Amino acid sequence: MVEITIRKRPRTEAVVTQRKFFKKTARGKVIKVLRERYLRDDVACGIENCRSCSELTGTSILPPSGDQLHPLFPNGHFVLPDTNVFLSQMDLVESPLFMPPIILLQTVIEEVRHRSLPLYNRLKALTRMDDKRIWVFYNEYRSETAIIREEGETPNDRNDRGIRKATEWYNSHISVNRPPIRGRPSPKLPTVVLMTEDAANRQKAEHAGIASISVRKYIEGVKDANQLLDLLAAAGAEDIEPTKAVAGRQALYPDYLPAAMLIAGVKSGELHQGHFNANQYNYLEGSVPVPAFSKPILLIGRENMNRAVQGDVVVVEVFDKKEWKAPADEVVDQDAALKNDDAEDSGDEGEGEGNETVAREKNLLELEKRSSEKQPTGRIVGVIKRNWRAYVCHIDSTSLTSSNTTSLSLQTVFATPVSRLLPRIRLRTRQAPILIGQKILVTIDRWDTTSRYPEGHFVRALGKVESKEAEQESLLLEFEVPYRPFGKAILDCLPPQGEQWVVPPKSSDSPEWKDREDLRGLIICSIDPPNCQDIDDALHARRLPNGNIEAGVHIADVSHFVHPDNPMDSEAASRGTTVYLVDKRIDMLPSLLGTNLCSLRPFVERLAFSAIWEMTPEAEIVNVSFTKSVIASKAAFTYDEAQIRKDDPHQQDELTQSIRLLNSLALKLKAGRMAAGALNLASPEVKIQLDTSESSDPIDVEQKELRETNSLVEEFMLLANISVARKIQETFPQTAVLRRHLPPPRTNFEKLQDILMKRKGMKLDVSSSGALAASLDLCVDPELPAFNTLVRIMATRCMLSAEYFCSGSVSRDTFGHYGLASPIYTHFTSPIRRYADVLAHRQLAAAIGYAPLHATLHSKAHVERVLDIVNRKHRMAQMAGRASVEFYVGLALKNRGEREKGKKGKAGEVREEAFVIRTFRNGLGVFVSKLGIEGLVMFKRDTQFDADNYTITVPSGGKDVTISVFDKVEVSIEVEKDKNTQRGRVKMTLVHPVDSRSL
Amino acid sequence: MGSRIEILNEGGFRSDGRRQFELREIIIELSPQGVGDGSAIITHGLTQVLVSVYGPREAKSRSHTIHDRANINVEVGVAAFSTGERRKRSRGDKRILEFASTIKSTFEPVIQTNLYPRSQIDIYIQVLQQDGGLLQACINGTTLALINAGIPMIDFVCAVSGGVHSSDPLLDLTTLEEGDAPHITVAMMPKTGKVALVTMETRLHVDRFEQILTLAREAGAVIHREMKKAVLSRSNSLVAVMQSGHLVQERAVDDGMNE
Repeated sequence: MVEITIRKRPRTEAVVTQRKFFKKTARGKVIKVLRERYLRDDVACGIENCRSCSELTGTSILPPSGDQLHPLFPNGHFVLPDTNVFLSQMDLVESPLFMPPIILLQTVIEEVRHRSLPLYNRLKALTRMDDKRIWVFYNEYRSETAIIREEGETPNDRNDRGIRKATEWYNSHISVNRPPIRGRPSPKLPTVVLMTEDAANRQKAEHAGIASISVRKYIEGVKDANQLLDLLAAAGAEDIEPTKAVAGRQALYPDYLPAAMLIAGVKSGELHQGHFNANQYNYLEGSVPVPAFSKPILLIGRENMNRAVQGDVVVVEVFDKKEWKAPADEVVDQDAALKNDDAEDSGDEGEGEGNETVAREKNLLELEKRSSEKQPTGRIVGVIKRNWRAYVCHIDSTSLTSSNTTSLSLQTVFATPVSRLLPRIRLRTRQAPILIGQKILVTIDRWDTTSRYPEGHFVRALGKVESKEAEQESLLLEFEVPYRPFGKAILDCLPPQGEQWVVPPKSSDSPEWKDREDLRGLIICSIDPPNCQDIDDALHARRLPNGNIEAGVHIADVSHFVHPDNPMDSEAASRGTTVYLVDKRIDMLPSLLGTNLCSLRPFVERLAFSAIWEMTPEAEIVNVSFTKSVIASKAAFTYDEAQIRKDDPHQQDELTQSIRLLNSLALKLKAGRMAAGALNLASPEVKIQLDTSESSDPIDVEQKELRETNSLVEEFMLLANISVARKIQETFPQTAVLRRHLPPPRTNFEKLQDILMKRKGMKLDVSSSGALAASLDLCVDPELPAFNTLVRIMATRCMLSAEYFCSGSVSRDTFGHYGLASPIYTHFTSPIRRYADVLAHRQLAAAIGYAPLHATLHSKAHVERVLDIVNRKHRMAQMAGRASVEFYVGLALKNRGEREKGKKGKAGEVREEAFVIRTFRNGLGVFVSKLGIEGLVMFKRDTQFDADNYTITVPSGGKDVTISVFDKVEVSIEVEKDKNTQRGRVKMTLVHPVDSRSL
Repeated sequence: MGSRIEILNEGGFRSDGRRQFELREIIIELSPQGVGDGSAIITHGLTQVLVSVYGPREAKSRSHTIHDRANINVEVGVAAFSTGERRKRSRGDKRILEFASTIKSTFEPVIQTNLYPRSQIDIYIQVLQQDGGLLQACINGTTLALINAGIPMIDFVCAVSGGVHSSDPLLDLTTLEEGDAPHITVAMMPKTGKVALVTMETRLHVDRFEQILTLAREAGAVIHREMKKAVLSRSNSLVAVMQSGHLVQERAVDDGMNE
């Protein structure tokens, strides 16, 4: 069992062993603190074979004669650095080339800890490293080296004196323990050298006969001096002042203007209102798109962004034109730039570290060389509405004061949001150590003018980072997807028969059959992706006796089950859309409807809403009619199956003929659409191959393949949507639910046009969608088949996104759908998974006199309100889906990396071809088409950046390599976890034409 | 504001230079003042309490008398200057009342109360200085004051606090450590090894509990040695005084012994 002893503290030593000081609390109260300490003689010096210390500890790590390589100290030496060395030269100390045996004093550790927690945590990691020879000497507990602060002495001076005293003790300790032995030459005694940047301190040391040296001088004598000198922080000791007394809190941000002034300003046009968008590449920059300018207003620097958070509705004041600036062309990473920022100091104690951060950021802003194109620049003067919500974050482990899991102390820590658009959030928690490595939910509570970061609180933990459950839930939360199961009130709205519900036998008095056409005899089939459960559309086609063709699109009759203004309807309206993640689907409607009653499964009778056209064989519409119907689908194909069936000449049954007929019409419809100027856009879509349904480990990623039948279904859906749009707009000109895609402002394309012109000599005509489509077709590089797709992807990004709208709220000439080149459009064909379609169904039912229109759909305001939500949810669902794919791509990459490792036995990495899509001063934006992901390649060293020509010149082994936009490069992709926050991210490095790892 | 002081650093030192299993210095003064029947000042590091014991004596009121044993009355006063922040605690403070009742229930089975029916023993505890381990100091001080008053007890009661930092147990925590580490206070009786009291105000992992409890009991034995030494030396000095015939100065103590 352990030995329990009582430590004695002689009264005579009370002066040395008791410490009394006064502390002022945040509230201004003065507290007297009395602390004692027990001095001892069993603190080991850490030098191997030391006579008096060897039995104290098992492991001594300092070599007996120190380091003998330095020319200034032929007898060998140990380095004893003071606090400032660690505060300002941490990079140097961390360098693997800097290898002298170091004696690290407790005084120094504590001072570093007091000054900067992140630096302290780095220092601590350093002491744990095996190849560094660092011995921590607890000088404050050793009776010979403990000192007390004298009257009138600053804490700084006290510490310096303590460090000198320890150095002195070490030197005498060495000589005492190695007495000269008679008859032998006196032993060579290694020196303990005080390393300090403070000249006054060095002088005092000289007086006391202690060897001391400055960092620079020391480094100059070291073998790899040239490389190490680079690491020396330029500023040296000058900019680190002693800890400042706590002054009153200083405001870091300007106050907001009063609300009345904001409203008046916006009304008069002096101020501008808009949504704040943070820049994901540069955390010190944001923008606010406003109607008054064609380009968004740029906000540069923290003060100008004035506490706005992504999504807030803000009011901006625009500066004079001469102060306008261009957006920076450099990547500035918040994590990297602020890694030494301190959670506590910058908040509770006001200035301290704060100034340093400000200075650093100023530097960053000044360093950014900006290219010439200027855009409106301004500052935020007020916030109309905060759009704060709960954010998914990781705890930054360097901001912790104690990483002990049993610790109960309240700590102030940083939470880094998963989204790069958000600032770090400061929060106070008692369970910080447990939360490290977990995804947690944090809400912002407030952001005061005196606080650099917003303050928030911990909501709950989601689970371990990279566990699928946590990642999935965090995704859903991050994109505000409501994922709770449907409540009882909602489920009560379902038909009471549940799964057993069937279409009742045909009779004139059953309500289901009222005004419904019996289309059960038609040869109807559905074509969907594999494993599709919510089949909401089915098709048929047949030849009419007059030579024309009858084609029908049958859509699940959701509005028969979802009645307006009941709980299920309002839940669906608030969900807006079904969200598809890679391994999960979050339904808009209860699954009884979605996957059963409304799903147009084969061989069962289902209620449908049908649009039936009579077309000439040239696909010209002769007539269209809409009707509620009862259908019985004859088959449910996947795209592949349908394709095979269509192509197989042996199949001559009615079903196959019907598919062929549909296909022939679709081809003509598509040709017609293209001729009208529809765009063939590309978006990077990939498919995740899952291992098995249970484990759902992604095996690999591949690009989605498109078949003829995809386009078949698409054409008929477009046709149905357009026809329905016409019909409901005619009947309800004020409140029809329509969808439009506004033509993109010409300025959006300027950059792409310029790049194309300069890099490839190609022109992009954006005067109309037709012209754009034509010129996109011409953007072909015979050597790079993927180039065209790339340009299409980039062009797509220049466009606006399509939106739902209420026909009465915008002028008639803006109804058009730019991408589809259709004058009018709506969504009608997927009512199971989109709420807008449900509305369109109701309106169409009213338009054909099937049922009266519910009062709410007569109100323009109501329709607008609902569509606003649906639009937002739609956007969020898309982003959630994309993020989910990204996460799985990451997992797949990791798996693939590991497999490669297993194969080759060396570091696993995935290499892929990529295209450069953006150039920055210090990096490249690349797009890996095979994986559908975008990434950033960063260069540490300077490059020559030519903003006008979109090229970057990288030195590589003597000769320079120029990389420009659209170049094909090879990148190595790995998934890397941030050391501090455990946030995983895809890291790309250039492999070809240059290896960027060394840059 | 989180503390910037490490509870247990990598060298195995605690914030005041002690190692894990080292107790703070204990200073014991018996009958420092002549008023009570028995009194003691005990200092654990920077925690200091004064305990005075009166009795056994006639109960002040009817309601306080128990027909077959003595009633024990514990009152605790906390000096306003005992903590860094001056703060006056009223006597009716809930925490203090609870604290007093903890001490009372600890000593009730230890003091042989059945020897003094219908009487009362008053224990007045004055907290002079606080730096963690208040309960242990109060219990140890009370034991000593009771012995000093000559009140028969079946055993010493030795208390010590123990906590856990990460997975490392600590003994005799200071305020700083109490704020960070989950901890318990254990009072044990060295002769029998029985535990008279275990209290816990923070959550402690069940796996760690047993380890700390055993450790605290062993530490109790160490404290017992220290207390016994103090009592013996006090008795020796009394014997020496008695033999020289000068009894006048020690009246108070004598009275207690004669009862």
